[in-house]
Amino acid sequence: MIKIDALSKHFGSIVAVDGISFECASGEVIGLLGPNGAGKSTTMKMITGFITPSCGRVVVDGYDMATDSLAARKRMGYLPEGAPSYSDMTPRAQLNFVAKVRELQGDVLQTRMAQVISALHLEPVLDQSIDTLSKGFKRRVALAQAILHDPGILILDEPTDGLDPNQKYEVRELIKSMSANKLILISTHLLDEVEAVCSRVLIIAEGKILRDATPAELVAESSTGRLDDVFREITGGKAA
Amino acid sequence: MSVIKAIFDREFMGYFATPVAYVFLIIFLVLAGTFTFEIGGFYERGQADLRPFFDYLPWLYLFLVPSLTMRLWAEERKSGTIEFLMTLPITPWQAVLGKFLAAWAFTALALTLSFPIWLTVNILGEPDNGAILAGYLGSLLMAGGFLAIGACLSALTRNQVIAFIITIVVCFGFLLAGLPLVLNLFSGWAPQVFVDGIAALSFMTHFASISRGVIDFRDILYFALLIGAFLYANTIVLQMKQAD
Repeated sequence: MIKIDALSKHFGSIVAVDGISFECASGEVIGLLGPNGAGKSTTMKMITGFITPSCGRVVVDGYDMATDSLAARKRMGYLPEGAPSYSDMTPRAQLNFVAKVRELQGDVLQTRMAQVISALHLEPVLDQSIDTLSKGFKRRVALAQAILHDPGILILDEPTDGLDPNQKYEVRELIKSMSANKLILISTHLLDEVEAVCSRVLIIAEGKILRDATPAELVAESSTGRLDDVFREITGGKAA
Repeated sequence: MSVIKAIFDREFMGYFATPVAYVFLIIFLVLAGTFTFEIGGFYERGQADLRPFFDYLPWLYLFLVPSLTMRLWAEERKSGTIEFLMTLPITPWQAVLGKFLAAWAFTALALTLSFPIWLTVNILGEPDNGAILAGYLGSLLMAGGFLAIGACLSALTRNQVIAFIITIVVCFGFLLAGLPLVLNLFSGWAPQVFVDGIAALSFMTHFASISRGVIDFRDILYFALLIGAFLYANTIVLQMKQAD
């Protein structure tokens, strides 16, 4: 589980994340939903230990990111914003690199490799240089490296950005299929994504959590029965 | 260790995934040959040693090593892969060491490929191969110094050109520190201890004796400390950037 306590991040005079707190547990798919610049990615970067919070705590499965970051990171898989991958490598080499760093070996490695390659349909491009791949394939390679070690916690920053409708559907199905025994935190500004995969939504704007509810509860609040209307009301009309 | 090895392998193969490795090796070997045989007067000297080769090596490193190190961190920062890398269960030391050792191994490969020069001197005369081996060891240590400086400076920026230029300037400072040109600037007014301190930091002073075949523990210690200090600084830079 993840416990976030009064987490803040300041970049000079800019407050990117402003004292947010929440807890989430295995079996949940939580959507961090907010307009661009709301602080979603900054929050994820702090949860995964890429940047240090200005104040507040992140505890992952009982491990404090400030003191036990390594143990915490072993339990997480992370798809960073923009899905960066080493462009000079092939997907196979990149996955092998992650496997070595995560100390996957033998049969476990073979099985997991086969599973993620098949789940993300990477077979046709496995030995092609990543910089020659389409945006969709690049994102799937980055997603593959995040789930390769079958982590209990997945942090996915805009996992379906750049995918075509079919690929979006498949990735959402993949997220749903993994959700039973994992904690999955996704950030998105796509309202249909929230309805499709999330069991809980945290609406975030200007670095603060404005609402913590299920998608159904949010829809029920709307007079029109549409999530985007509620979203607009809560975030003060900022475009999604 | 396996984590460092994984990073090492990735970085080392990374040089060969692009033309960088081949361009570097070819230019290094052509220039090393030119400096040794043409400018260094290898044949005219009539001596069976590799002094001309070792004498020009620091200047060759000055421009070529920064081209190896500029990408180490700046490229990761620019492409965003640093976020992928540093959120894996990797400590800053493991990442820094893996990258540094890969670059060092690559320069070792470049040095090894200069063996035709060594063959030539052995065919033409009877050199002191022990002294030549010491020269190679010194060259490798000095390359390590250049690389550690370059790696650390590459972590400061996302721009490879800036990393390249700053590394040249800093390494140039380390090269010139022991020369009268620099020391005279200080000797008029600064305390002698300070002037000696600057002289002691010089690559040239420490490399000169090793390149002649004299292995002094203090010279080895100097390069080891220099490498250690800049690698440590590299980890600090990474952590500072994390807290930015």
